[in-house]
Amino acid sequence: MHAVNKSIPHTLNMSSIRQTIESKGSNILNIYFTAGHPTLESVPVIISELEKAGADLIELGMPYSDPLADGPAIQRSSEIALRNGQTIAILFSQVKESRKTSSIPLILMGYYNQLIQYGEEKFVKEAHDAGIQGLIIPDLPMEVYESRYKDIFDKYGMEISFLITPMTSDERIRQADRLSSAFIYVVSKSSVTGKQEDLSEEQLSYLDRIRAMDLKSPALVGFGIFDRNSRQAVNRFFNGVIVGSAFIRALEAGQDDLPGTVRVFMEGL
Amino acid sequence: MNTPTSGQYHVDENGFYGEFGGAFIPEMLHANVDQIRRQYLEIMREPDFISQFESLLRDYVGRPSPLYLATRLSEHYGADIYLKREDLNHTGAHKINNTIGQILLARRLGKTRIIAETGAGQHGVATATVCALMSMECVVYMGSVDIARQAPNVARMKLLGATVVAAESGSKTLKDATNEAIRDWINNADNTHYIIGSAIGPHPYPDMVTRFQSVISSEIQSQLLAKTGKKDPDMVLACVGGGSNAAGAFYHFLDTPSVSLVLAEAAGKGVHSGHSAATSILGTKGIIHGCRTLLMQTKDGQITEPYSISAGLDYPGIGPLHAHLITSGRAKVYPVTDDEALEAVKQLSSYEGIIPALESAHALAALAKMEIKHGSVIVVCLSGRGDKDLATYLEHFTT
Repeated sequence: MHAVNKSIPHTLNMSSIRQTIESKGSNILNIYFTAGHPTLESVPVIISELEKAGADLIELGMPYSDPLADGPAIQRSSEIALRNGQTIAILFSQVKESRKTSSIPLILMGYYNQLIQYGEEKFVKEAHDAGIQGLIIPDLPMEVYESRYKDIFDKYGMEISFLITPMTSDERIRQADRLSSAFIYVVSKSSVTGKQEDLSEEQLSYLDRIRAMDLKSPALVGFGIFDRNSRQAVNRFFNGVIVGSAFIRALEAGQDDLPGTVRVFMEGL
Repeated sequence: MNTPTSGQYHVDENGFYGEFGGAFIPEMLHANVDQIRRQYLEIMREPDFISQFESLLRDYVGRPSPLYLATRLSEHYGADIYLKREDLNHTGAHKINNTIGQILLARRLGKTRIIAETGAGQHGVATATVCALMSMECVVYMGSVDIARQAPNVARMKLLGATVVAAESGSKTLKDATNEAIRDWINNADNTHYIIGSAIGPHPYPDMVTRFQSVISSEIQSQLLAKTGKKDPDMVLACVGGGSNAAGAFYHFLDTPSVSLVLAEAAGKGVHSGHSAATSILGTKGIIHGCRTLLMQTKDGQITEPYSISAGLDYPGIGPLHAHLITSGRAKVYPVTDDEALEAVKQLSSYEGIIPALESAHALAALAKMEIKHGSVIVVCLSGRGDKDLATYLEHFTT
């Protein structure tokens, strides 16, 4: 766990992602949406509405041309966001704007190539200065993070989460537990995001296996959570859930009234 | 397979060629890629595997492919120009060397389903072919734009029993087909093997594909020895998109500095025209499809769309081996435009009675751009035949 760098003035007093999860303990709700989708202006609106509607954490996707770990809904939202002109620099300024009124912990999810091109340390520093608490980079291997970037993350108090899947070995789960300073991102099945199916016996036994490992990091379950039932099914096992594709689809369908769409969606969870 | 395994141009134990390579993949793929990484060398060294691979290459593919001294072309350039005739392989290109190797490997890994990406359709056809041969389920991802412009290869794949799935995202071409194939692999990680068609992707794919293709340079050495009394030429020349035929043609010469290694990449309508796939010039370091290499991208790290008249060279990245060979100065690269490649098609057709694929024509066109030492021995990898490009040739040559 890393304390937020006190030298950076933020208008609101924010707690870290880890503190937020640990102080509430259970039933955490982490909502993902892609920055710049459905419109370039929607980031501050959606952040503010999600916070009002009771989200505990927000994950902001940095739209990418080749989002390998994401399913069709998120990929489509990325394409739209890029067409809308979304960039990393714009995203940082949108977050700064949001931070005038919002204190909910924010996590950026993006791909390693985006950090490399921006300059890794510059990226982490500017993300922190904008008011971002954590990063998720699905194609950054844990080994590379530890040897090349952990010191930079620590320097800026930037938290990170690593993914585990049903095919991840116990040894790697322990590694993810050790290195994840925010939470462990439990992929409920070996699948890209956005598939709507009920939890199978196999998934339940996987969730049992992880719980039995007694990990020190809090764990949130993502991939395949889309309504109250699927949310409650995994809340029994872990600290909470991450909802992404279902929210993206809702935003796309209800973009004429974003605040209303966010409220209705959150009521359904 | 008699292959060298170490040296500064070979992959290191961490999967890197110098600073290029590695495996930058989401956790969902880790178990599968790691299984291949742990087992591929061991499997490739099993006597039973070697004998099956070699007998299929001989009896099914038709290897060794001839090394042909192109006499009129040689006269024209004042050098001994040999063509390594990969165009005479079953299915018409070098791609099948790799698909045979990988499907044998997939069976040993216990996989029952095969997926692949394809641009022009050559790798898709080569994959569908070996799946028919081995009676395995085959799904090929292909951009919907490519499906429309490569109809004969789509029909071939279907006839061979493959399911062809259209990639509708992005530019709807090879890059997007590769993304879709990777997604399929994530969703079906337990039973599926992904046959990547070029020397790209996460480690160990670039090395594995290179080793399966290294039969090309191995044969060049023995054929050249038989014809000239010397196993090493002065130069080996090949086209590069992802770079599998070049990797295979270079492999046994990597550590022999007297052999110059030359690549021809697609400059499309001109390197700086905005319609090009000249990755070595336009590319910067980054990550594409799981490896660190040179790729064409924006300042924000968004991967951009390449262009070439040749669908097989129309890729925004380059294999990590080639990125290393180029940046270390071991290999030299010539950018070749669409028009120059088309000229080379005409030249080879009329001089030698061989209609090359557009990809291979890029390598031939590079000959006209370089200083050639009189009497030197040059091997050009003629990676594929021109049948698939007839529609393009008709369009350009009949007016």
